[in-house]
Parts: sequence; structure tokens; C-alpha cells
Amino acid sequence: MIPVSHFLALGAVLFAIGVLGVVIRRNAIIVLMSIELMLNAANLTLLAFGRARHDAHFHALAFLVIAVAAAEAAVGLAIVVGIFRNRHAANLDELTLMKR
Amino acid sequence: MIDQFPLHWIPLFPLLGAAINLLIGRRLGRTLAALIGCGAVAAAMLLGWEATWQLGHAAPSATFTGALFRGTWIHASDGNYSLHLNAGLMLDRLSAVMVLVITSVGFLIHLYSIAYMEADAHFSRYFGYLNLFTGAMLILVLGDSLPVTFIGWEGVGLCSYLLIGFWFDKEQNASAGRKAFIVNRIGDFGFVLGMLLIFAATSTLQYSDLSSAPALAQLRRPLAIPGASYATFAALLLFIGATGKSAQLPLYVWLPDAMAGPTPVSALIHAATMVTAGVYMVARLHGVIEIDPFASGVIASVGAATALLAATIGVAQKPIKKILAYSTVSQLGFMFIGVGTRAYTAGMFHLVTHALFKAGLFLGAGSIMHALGGLEDVTQMGGLKRKLPITRWTFLIYCLAIAGIFPFSGFFSKDAILASAFGFDFPELAIWPHWLGHAIYAAGVTAALLTAFYMFRAYFLVFGGEFRGPPEVHAHAHESPTAMTIPLVVLAVGAAGAGLLGVPEIFHPEMNHFEEWLSPALFAPTLLHHSAALEWGLMGLATAVALVGISLAWWLYGRGPAPAVATLAARLRPLHRLVENRYYLDEVYDLLIVRPLRAVAYVFWKVIDALLIDLVLVRGLALVVDLFGRMIRYVQNGDAQRYVVGVVLGIAVFAGLGANWVAWRAAPFEVEMHGAEVTVRAHGAPVGAETRPLKYQFDFGDGTIVKLPERAVPIASHHYQGNGTRRITVTAYDPRWGTHSRESRLVEVRTR
Amino acid sequence: MILALVTLLPIVGALLLLLVPREEVGLHRGLGFLFALATFVVSLLLVPGLKPAEWNALVDWVWVAPLGIHFKLGVDGISLFLVLLTTFLMPIVMLSAHQAIARKVREFYVALLVLETGMIGAFVAIDLFVFYVFWEVMLIPMYFLIGIWGGDRRLYASIKFVLYTLVGSLAMVVAILYLYVRHHEATGLWTFDYDALQKLVLSSREQLACFLAFALAFCIKVPLFPLHTWLPDAHVEAPTAGSVILAGVLLKFGTYGLLRFAIPMFPQAVVQCGPYITWLALIGIVYGSLVAWAQTDVKKLIAYSSVAHLGFVVLGLMAWNGRGVDGAMVQMLAHGISTGGLFLAIGVLYERRHTRRMEEFGGIAQVMPRFFAVFAIVMLASVGLPGLSGFVGEFLILLGSFDAWRTAKGHELFFGTGSHPKLIAAIAATGVILSAVYLLTMFQKVMLGPNANPKNRHLPDLSARELAVFAPIVVMAFWLGIYPATFLDRIDPAVAHVIGQFHEKATDRPELGPTPRLLGTLSKAAAAAATAKPGGGG
Repeated sequence: MIPVSHFLALGAVLFAIGVLGVVIRRNAIIVLMSIELMLNAANLTLLAFGRARHDAHFHALAFLVIAVAAAEAAVGLAIVVGIFRNRHAANLDELTLMKR
Repeated sequence: MIDQFPLHWIPLFPLLGAAINLLIGRRLGRTLAALIGCGAVAAAMLLGWEATWQLGHAAPSATFTGALFRGTWIHASDGNYSLHLNAGLMLDRLSAVMVLVITSVGFLIHLYSIAYMEADAHFSRYFGYLNLFTGAMLILVLGDSLPVTFIGWEGVGLCSYLLIGFWFDKEQNASAGRKAFIVNRIGDFGFVLGMLLIFAATSTLQYSDLSSAPALAQLRRPLAIPGASYATFAALLLFIGATGKSAQLPLYVWLPDAMAGPTPVSALIHAATMVTAGVYMVARLHGVIEIDPFASGVIASVGAATALLAATIGVAQKPIKKILAYSTVSQLGFMFIGVGTRAYTAGMFHLVTHALFKAGLFLGAGSIMHALGGLEDVTQMGGLKRKLPITRWTFLIYCLAIAGIFPFSGFFSKDAILASAFGFDFPELAIWPHWLGHAIYAAGVTAALLTAFYMFRAYFLVFGGEFRGPPEVHAHAHESPTAMTIPLVVLAVGAAGAGLLGVPEIFHPEMNHFEEWLSPALFAPTLLHHSAALEWGLMGLATAVALVGISLAWWLYGRGPAPAVATLAARLRPLHRLVENRYYLDEVYDLLIVRPLRAVAYVFWKVIDALLIDLVLVRGLALVVDLFGRMIRYVQNGDAQRYVVGVVLGIAVFAGLGANWVAWRAAPFEVEMHGAEVTVRAHGAPVGAETRPLKYQFDFGDGTIVKLPERAVPIASHHYQGNGTRRITVTAYDPRWGTHSRESRLVEVRTR
Repeated sequence: MILALVTLLPIVGALLLLLVPREEVGLHRGLGFLFALATFVVSLLLVPGLKPAEWNALVDWVWVAPLGIHFKLGVDGISLFLVLLTTFLMPIVMLSAHQAIARKVREFYVALLVLETGMIGAFVAIDLFVFYVFWEVMLIPMYFLIGIWGGDRRLYASIKFVLYTLVGSLAMVVAILYLYVRHHEATGLWTFDYDALQKLVLSSREQLACFLAFALAFCIKVPLFPLHTWLPDAHVEAPTAGSVILAGVLLKFGTYGLLRFAIPMFPQAVVQCGPYITWLALIGIVYGSLVAWAQTDVKKLIAYSSVAHLGFVVLGLMAWNGRGVDGAMVQMLAHGISTGGLFLAIGVLYERRHTRRMEEFGGIAQVMPRFFAVFAIVMLASVGLPGLSGFVGEFLILLGSFDAWRTAKGHELFFGTGSHPKLIAAIAATGVILSAVYLLTMFQKVMLGPNANPKNRHLPDLSARELAVFAPIVVMAFWLGIYPATFLDRIDPAVAHVIGQFHEKATDRPELGPTPRLLGTLSKAAAAAATAKPGGGG
């Protein structure tokens, strides 16, 4: 059986990739995808623990995360589309509205 | 004390008249407005005469009491120092004299005003103000305590302000009104402080209490300066109030400017009644004033100085009302000589006669100006005796009265004052040099000379010689209507005959009714009686001086200005200019007081307020905050991705810190040594089920290593073999996070 | 119950206004006015049968039980007339704003009504927590009144106003919490109740620290020199309604707070700090008057005159005898009436000419005779002419401060410590001269003289609505001046009660020893405050 730590390592790597994507990439859609990646890394971690501990709570949590991810993707994409229509930009470093 | 007279109606009638005329007068029409205005004063006058009549038939010291309204006006409980004031009124023989003067002269002037103000657009407003003034003045003299008097005191000041600035569309009229109010306020400042001082000393402000022995004893207590008492300061402060209201040095400057108002107003307010309020107040509080002779001396000296100074200025004025204004200031000075030298009845007597002849003079001047279409300059007039016969004859009587020619009223009142000044040398007055009385007398006589001169200068310039002004004005000149001439005649009769009320004893032993009337109210202080010869001599000198003044005026101005006038003016050019410009006192005040204060005000505003507080302190503080904010702003650049970096880094740091925290803190240890036996106790986390499962490793430095399992108490002991320096190292290891911390220390091992 | 009704009726009205559609401007105006008027009528019910020296119409509802917070309201002779002043001015203000406010009408009336609840609540709250809540509730609507309907520099002014007030109130809330914890430590009871906290025995250092915190809040509100510079800006930028409320009521919270909280609760500290506050009040009188004289903007002039007039009030409070404090109370009412009237008058001018600069005017009296009469009356009331409202208060204050050491119990009080009451009263009395100087100068420049500016030739005189606005003010100006007994009858026993309590508290504590000098103890107190844990002081 694969030890839990392997799953955790994979989850950590995926999460780190996601964070890097959010931080580095300028395209809003790729940033959104990176966020999805982070969420799924969290899912992987949850399921790993759930398998190791034989605890169904983790599975339930994973479902919740999937639902949140779906909602986030929908709303996030809508926002990106909205911003793109308004400002003709999908690059995050051009969107510094918060500064004002 | 008698209580049965409805005193409150005396001031309330005029006040009601004022209320009606001011609120709805415009809609009433002129006739009704005039009727209400005059009727209100007539009612007050009748009531006043009736009250005086009843008073005359009561015991000499009888007093009517009443109140403007029932109940308390102001009160404040404070143990023994409680204040309880009613809006109380009282009528004794002193206030009765004032009431008669105010209502009677006031009524005549109201009557005169109907014709004089006929063409004015604000007819009803004028009568409203005039009634308001009469009401306030009656409250002033009827008030039974200082604060009630103060209501009237400020009330007449207000009416003076309103009436001086009656034609306020001219800037200078409005300014004159404002000046009058503000200068009066400076006086009121003294009045208020005097009141406070009296209350501080006696805990009362009622006149009836203030003449009682205990209150006067309280006022005799020393204060501040050796030799001075509460009464000294109270008297001087109240006198400051009097100098403001009664136009004495140094506060007289407002009165000449006050001539900007309508002429009947000048007659009523600025000659007959309001300006005498100060004299009345000194007489009313004579018990307090005469406690310290220093105060009396100051009052008399200021009066003398004012009388003389104003008379010199009067000599060189051209507008007829200005001449009369300075004459009023000068005559008020005479009254203060009287009350200052403790001749209160003489001062009051001059107040009454002056009210008659000066009101007459102003009304006469009004009649002249009315005839000449508002022309004021006496050097432009002349030869009006045929055109204005009634005005001319009455004016002559007033001039004779004010000059002090026997048997006109001014002769008796002025003589009484001068005689008392001459004898102003009481033993207890040691603080003043013994010649002060004579000096005041000399100033008074000189002023009397000048008075006779400038009044007849005016008389001759107006009525004598030929007309020097524009011919069309002369052609248009006419005698005034009856409504104006009746008051002139009535007042002339009074000015001629009022002296008979106070005939001195050397003429007739029982004819000084005025003194007899007032002496119960003024419980006559030890009046000095000169020998008959001295008294005849003083009287003769005064008459001679008056005749000299008249002759001089005749010589210089009898048939228009003689050539000598011009040469004299040229020869005495600096003096003439000085006098003509009123000694530049207005300019001096402006330069020394008004301008510096304005500058200070401006500096306060611009430097302290705007610069120091607002810019340096308030905005300075804001700047510090702002600078901090600017630094923070570099981080807040609005780029979401950078924020995420911050968030991630922050999480990492805190996670790391949090994770390592326990282990970091776990390693420090204490060493306990007993010879070679050493016990090492690590701080560790508190042991228990909830604690973090740390593993410990103790390295004793001599090859001995003790490892403890998770959740064990972090203590280890060891027995050293042999002496020496050893290094003990403790390592705490957190198996969950793989973090560890390590501390080490050197110990000296000494075995025996 | 009446008191709760008076307090909450305006905010109920505000909520109701929110239900009315935004476009119904007339309905908003009418309803707002009606609610303010109803509040005034209901508040009049407080007067009959009032026992001045105790809490009347007591409301005591448990609000947050575990924390000991009660919604406790009560009115006595001191707060009664301040409440009435508030409810009296509010309908007037609403009526005056009929034409001036054309933008965001609903929000304007809502803000005014919320403000009214805040003000009334703060006057009648006798639970310090509730007091603090209402105190802050007033801040927000006032901020909006200045910031939304204000003049050109309204943002600067409103933020300055809020920051100043917040600084003070934060210090105050810390002191309130300290008293709260301290009371729990002493008695084991958690309470914000005024009467309970007032009985708390505090060391002189604690008193000093708490007094300074309270006094800071109140002195900013008064405003005492040199904390006054927010006032001219706030007044100049605020709309007429805001200025009237600000000058008429809000400033009174400073002096009311001193009288209700700061002085009776910390007697020893007051004896220490009294002379300094007295001198600041005195500086305020002279300085405010002189700076007012230098102004060219009418509103700014009146604002600075408020600094001077409120200086008089503080002076009367610091005299701390019956005459002085009675005078201070009457002066507070009189200032509310006369200065409120002056701001309304300036509002009338501003509505017609959209400027407040004196040189733009002149000779207005010729074209607006009714306005001339009204303006003259409120101006003279402010000058302190006897027979009008300003005189009684000023006279009593001067009388009280002139011999401030003579108190009923023979205590040597504030002035006694090294200053000279007679001199102080004399300097204060110069304010009487100066008030005539700046107000008459202003009046002449605006109203008198030739009507030279063609823009001023055809100004319409007061309309019926405007006359209705001024009539109650004029009536009150005369009433306060001629028959102040109506007010003094109720104020005086309350003041006597408070002063009596103060003396008991000051004398019953011999163990505290002689009063230390202020500056010496200030540093110690600061150190103590820094190290004091809650409940660990003393």
C-alpha cells in the first residue's frame, strides 16, 4: 500500500504549482485554473487522510470542496468575462482597480 | 413704604406704545401712530404726576414700591450668598424728580416730533423707538435694584443706538450709532463690575438694603490697596459706567457723533434724559459713593475737567448741533461737579434745569434747521430774528438760562454747584489737597465763561446780522408749525422759571423747595454753608463772568463774525486747530486702542489659529499619519497577485513560526548540580494528553546521551566521572514537523 | 415611558421616512417636520410635576444582561431644558430647510431625525454605556449633514469634525470602561449605571486620569481654546440646519458633560485642574471675541462668537457655586436660542445671495424690514442685552465667578488655587464689550449703510414660512430674558443638589489627604495609567 506521505507530497507539489500559477501568471483564466489546481490539491490531501483513517468525513469535505470549486469557476469566469468586456483586458497586472 | 400705587404702569404704557408702533405701526397710518406714541407718554406723564402728588402728601421718606411683574426675576440658591432678584420698582422723591423730567420733557418732545418727522418714511418706527426709550428710561430710574436699573441702562443705550442710526442708509449715521453703543458698553463693563463688587461685599443689590448701616459697613472693608475699601472700587467702577452713559472724560467721544440722529432725539436722549442717567445713578448710590472721599474727588475732578474741555471745544464748532452737543457734555460735567462735591441736590437741580433749557435749545436748533432745509452750519446763517420770532425769543431765554443770568433757572442751579465746589474741603478729605475745591471752582467758572460765550456766539450767528447762506434757503425760511412752537414756549417758560424752585437761602430762607423735596431721599450730607458775604461774592463773580462771555460774543459776533474773529483765529492758529479738531481725541483713541486691538485680532486669527493650531498642530499630526500611510502605500499597489504573494508568504511564515514555536521554546533548560551529580530540566511544554509529543535528547558532553520518548517529562540525571568543563546540550525534537531546537551550556564539574 | 417615547420617536420617524419612496419630497418634508413637532409636544409632557433634583420619567430596561448594561434614561432639572432645547430647535430647523435642501431630501430628514434621537438620548442617558452609544450616534448624521449638504470644503470640515470628536470620545470610552471594571472590582457588580459609578471611591491619581479623559472629550466638544479650530470650519461648511443644530445643541454636550460627568465624578481632579480649565475658558472668551472681530465671513464670525460664549459657560461651571452653574445653564439655553437664530438669519441671507461675505452685503435693512427686526433681536440677544436671553446667563456667571471662593460650604474651590477670581471675572467681562464690538460691526456691514450692491436691491423680505421659523426663537429670546424664573425654578434645585453631592464627596474623603499639584501628578498618573491592569489600580 502506498503510504500516506506519498499522497501528501503529491498534494503539496500540486498546491505549490497552483500557488505559483496564481502568483506568476498574468492571464486571469490561467490564474483561475491555478486556483482549481490548489483546490484539487486540497482534495487529494483530504482523500489521502480519509483513506488512511477510514473516516468518511474527509470524503464529505472533498465533495464540498468540489462544489465550491465549481461555483468558484462559474463566478470567477463570469467576472473575468465581465471585466474583459468592460476593460478589454484579461491581464491581471492591468487591473489595479483596488489602488483607486 | 407704601404699596398702593400701580408703579409698573408708568414704564409699561410707553413700552406698550412701542410694541404697537413697532409691530403694526406701518398699517396704522401716521395719525394713529402719533396718537399712540404721544398718548402712551402722556399716560405715563399723568401717572407720574399723580404718583408724585401722592408722594408729596405722604411722609417725607415714603417710598412707593411695585414690580414690573409679579414673582422672581432671577434667582440662584447658594447658601448665604443666594441671589434673589425681583423686577422691582420703587418711587421715592429722587426717582419722582426723574420721572417728571422724563415724562414731561419727553411728552413735549414727542409732540414736537409729530411735526418734525412729518415727512419721514419711517414715522411709526420712530415713535416706536421713542416710546421704547421712554419706557427703558423709566425702568432705569424706577428700578429698585442695580440689575433692574441696568435693564433700563442698557435699554436706553439700545434706543440711543437705534435712534442715532435711525437714518441708517448713511454709513456715518450707522457708525455713529455703533460707536455710541460700544463706548457705552465700555462704561457698562465698569457698571457690571461695580455691581459684582457690591454684591461680593454685601450679598445684596437692592437700593433699600444698600443704604442700610450693615451693608455700608461691609462696603467699608479694605480691599487690595492699603486705604482702599470695597466702596472705593465699587464707586469708581460705577462711575466708569456713568462716564460712558453721561459722556464724561474719557468716554465722551460718542456724544458729539450721536448728533447724527433726528434732532428731537438729540433733545430727549442726548440732552435731557439718558445722558443724565449717570448723575442720577451717583445720586442714587450716594451712600456707597461717599464712603471714600477719594471717589467723590475723582468724580468732581473728572466733571470739572470735562466741563472745561468740552466748553473749549464748543467755542470753535460750526454745526449748531455740535455746539449744543459739546455744551451738553460740559453741562453734564457741571452736574458731576455737583454730585462729586456731595452737593447731590445741586447736581440734581442742574439736571432738571438743564433738561429744560437744553431740550429747548435742541428743539430750537431743530426748528432753525427745519426752517433752513437742514442747514446746520451757524456761520452760514444770520439775521433770522424776523423770520423765526418764536424760535428766536425762546432761544434767547434758553441761552440766558444756560449762561446763568439772574433770574433764569441756570443761574440758581449753576450757582449752587459752584458754591459747593468752592467749599469742597472736608476734614476727612485729607487724601485730596485742600485746594482741590478751589481748582474745581476755577475750572467751573472758566467753563461758565466759555458757556456764555459759545452759546451767545451761536445765538448771534444765527439770529444777528445778515443771512450769509444761500439766498434761496433764506427765502424759503419760515417759522415752524404750532406743534413745534408749543413745546418751545412751554420749555422756555420752564427754563425761565424753574430756578424759583431752588432759591438759595440768602435770598429767602424758605424758598429752596427743591432741596427740601430731595433731602429725605438724599439724607443731606453735611453741606457746607458759606458766609453770606462769600456767597454773594461767588454769585456776583459767576454773573460777571457770564456777562463778560456774552459781551465778548457780542463784540465778536454781534453783527455776524467781526474781522477780529479771523485775525484771532489766525494768530492762535495751532490752538484753534487743536480745539476745532476736538484735541484729536478720536484719532488718538483710534491709534492707541482700536487699531492695535484690530491688529491683535488679526494676528490671533492668522498666526495662532490658522498657522499654529491648524497648520502646525492639526495638519502636522495629519502629516505624520500621512507619511506613514505613504510608506505603507508602496505595498498596496492594487495588484492582486502581489497581495497573494504576501498572503502566501505570510501563511508560510506564520505556519513555520507556529510549527516551530513549541520546539523552539522547548529547549532552554536549567542545570542543578550536587557535586558530580547533575540534573538537567528542560522547560518543555506542559506535559499531558494535549501537549505536543516532543522527543528530547540530553547530551551530557562526556559521551553520555539520554534519549526520552514522546510525552515524557523532560528531565535527565547523570553522574560525572572526574572534574572538568563539560558541555551539556539539550535537543528538543518535534516528530510531527521534523523541527528541532537545541541549546547548550558549559558546566564546571568539581568533585571532592 | 414618556422619556423613551421622546428619545425614540425621531428614529421611528426616520425609519418610516425610509419606507416612503424617494421621490415624494413633499411627503418627506412634511413627515419629518411632523415627527419633530410631535417629539417637541411629547417632550413638553416632561415639564409638569418635574422634581428637579432627582430622576424623573425613569426608564430602566435591561439591555445586555450579562454585561450589566441597562437602557436607563432619566431627566432632571439639568437635562430637562437641554432636551427641550433640542426638541424645540428641531422642527424650526426642518422648517427652515424647506427650500435650502433640494438634493437627497429623504436622506437629509432621516439624518436630522437620527441626530435628534442621538442628542436627546445622550442628554437623558444615565447609563454610561448608553450615553456613549448615543454620543456616537449623533456623530454620524452630523458628519453626513456637513459632508453631503455642506459647502465647498465640506469634506475637509466634516472629517476634521469627526476626527476631533473621535479623539475625545475614544479617551472617554477608555475611562468609562476603566470605571466599569473598577466598579466590578470594588463591589462585584458589573454596571454602567451613572449613580453607581458616581459613588465609586477613586484614588486621586485615578481621578485625575479619568477626569482628563472625560474632560478631553467634553472640552473638544465645547470647544475650549485651543481645541476649537474644528468649529469654524464645521460651521462654515455645514448647511444652515447643521449649523443651527451644531451651535444650538451639539456644543452643549461639552458643557453638559462637564457638569453631569466630569466634575461630580472626579471632585479632587477638578480641584486640581480647575484653574487651568478656567484660564483656558478665559482665553477662549477674549481670544474668540477678538478673532470673531477679524472675520469677513459672517458664519465664521458667529462660530468664533460661540467659542467666546461657551467660554463663559465653562467659566460659570468652574466657579462651581449656585450662581455660576445656574448662569452656565441659562447661558447654554440662551446661546442655543440666540446663536441658533443668528445662523438661521445668515441662512436667510445665504439662500438669497449665495454668499456669506460681509462686503457683499450692506443696506439690507432697507429692502427687508421684517428681517431687520428679527436679525436685530437675535443679534442683541447674543450681545447680552438685558431683557433678552443673553443677559441673565452672563450676569449670573460673572456674579458667580467674581467671588468663586465663596461657596455654600466654605470650600476653597477652583479659583482659590492660586488665581484671582475678581481679576478673572473682570477679564471675562471684557467679553461683554467685545461681543458688542464684533456683532454690531457685522450687523452694520450687513444690514445698515447704503444699499450699494445692485444684487441687494430687490431681495424679497421674509416669507410667512420664514417668519414662522423665527417667531418661536424671538419669543424664547424674550422669555429667557424677561422671565427666566420659569427655567431657573427647575434648574436651580438640580444644580444645588449636584453641588451639594460634590461637596459631600469632596469632604467625606479625608484619607485621600491634601490635593496634589497638577503638573507633579500628571507624569505619575500617566505612568500609573500605562501600567494599570484593569482592576489593578488604586
